[in-house]
Amino acid sequence: MSGPATEAGQATADIAIVGAGLVGAALALGCARQGARVTLCDAGEDRFHASAGNFGLVWVQGKGQTVPAYARLSRRSAAAWAGFADSLADEHGTPAYAGTGGVKIALGQDELNGFAAALDRMRHRAEPTDNDTRLIDARELRERVPAVGPDAVGGLFCPHDGHADPLGTLHALHRALVRHPRVRVVRARIERVLPGGTDAPFTLQHAAGGVRAARVVIAAGHGAPTLAAALGLDARVRPQRGQIVVTERVAPFLDIACHTVRRTGDGTLLLGDSKEDVGFDVRTTGSATRSILARAVRTFPHLAGVRVVRTWGALRVLSPDGLPIYQASTRHPGASLVTCHSGVTLAASHATEVARALVDDRLAERYAAFSPARFALTGDERAAGTRAA
Amino acid sequence: MSGGVWRSLPRTDGIPVEVVVDGLPVRAYGGETVATLLLRLGHDHFGRHPGTDRPMAPWCLMGSCFGCLCTIDDRPGSQACLVPVSDGLTVRTGASAVAGSPDTPL
Repeated sequence: MSGPATEAGQATADIAIVGAGLVGAALALGCARQGARVTLCDAGEDRFHASAGNFGLVWVQGKGQTVPAYARLSRRSAAAWAGFADSLADEHGTPAYAGTGGVKIALGQDELNGFAAALDRMRHRAEPTDNDTRLIDARELRERVPAVGPDAVGGLFCPHDGHADPLGTLHALHRALVRHPRVRVVRARIERVLPGGTDAPFTLQHAAGGVRAARVVIAAGHGAPTLAAALGLDARVRPQRGQIVVTERVAPFLDIACHTVRRTGDGTLLLGDSKEDVGFDVRTTGSATRSILARAVRTFPHLAGVRVVRTWGALRVLSPDGLPIYQASTRHPGASLVTCHSGVTLAASHATEVARALVDDRLAERYAAFSPARFALTGDERAAGTRAA
Repeated sequence: MSGGVWRSLPRTDGIPVEVVVDGLPVRAYGGETVATLLLRLGHDHFGRHPGTDRPMAPWCLMGSCFGCLCTIDDRPGSQACLVPVSDGLTVRTGASAVAGSPDTPL
């Protein structure tokens, strides 16, 4: 990639993106494709890098249960995913996107009742067409997923769901960025961003120098809060650990996306969907592994006896309400924040419409529902605001 | 099946055993693994990749790469590099290297 970063001879970028995970990389490529000269600051992988631990769902159902703007953004991104994946395919690989539809499988009647209630709540807040999720009974579930066991009594189905290879997507984005004539990749951890004055650029400082840019976007996941505050940005995100269990390769039995089991293109299974609030701790635990495996075998009994080959823990980047935070600083115009927990699902939107909003400097007005101003509102005010969004 | 690049070093410690590979009895020696036996017999691949259907062969010989998967004693998806040979062991190569399907549970 690019050599050591020095400012000597380097033009000021139109936009600097801090963070080269799925969010930052998709935004950077999108901005460059819109014509901007982009500097992408890549701190490299570390233990808390969410993009290295993703499950790989492009998941629309359940998104924005009380916030239609989020349901619609997720659905638009899913609709854009096939084109996004095609635009990244090269001789080294593809994001392996499959727009299969998705099921959330209920084990037992209590779970199914819970799913039905959640769907009902959503219908009261959102338009029915926002994501087309519907309850399916045991018979339809077996038609769509014949391998389910007797405890699977139904579930939720959404035709817009799918799945992709998250590392394949990240690597394809990075290959496209390195090739792109308007992108410079700086391999450094940005330690601080100094706001510019009127018509003066921002300066992004790292251990070996600095980067200058007319505008700056913080897309640094768990690294965002420390950079954001000085720019008048509100990156209130917390880590939520998810553990993933990987099995040996198994024969094909599951093409559709499923929130707890994903069969990868290699034939291995990813099993997951644990949620733990344990701070910055990516260790795995026997108890979570056992409960993930127990659910997988209850769902698909033929998997009993399949061998586990490894496990990992990763940290979701969660805002207080789970929605993305898109913010343009009013104190330091030109500085923006983009953070979300659905880096895979939203990648296609980040590379297209959200990048366009950044290039046009219209992030705040186009994504008002995702402003952190919502955290200061009462529930009623928030409902009024999101209906307008 | 013969004439591969691998051959065993002269050895005196391994007890001779008979292993059935793809239906044919072959001589093996206690202490070697199914993977080294197959390589010595000249197999240039053991199974096929379940995603790409490309032929697969061992890379690491220490349990990490899953390139050596084949069916051992009717257990599909066995790692040949981790299974020592024993008398009467049956080995099948050439199939898609995966564990059980819903129709043929493990």
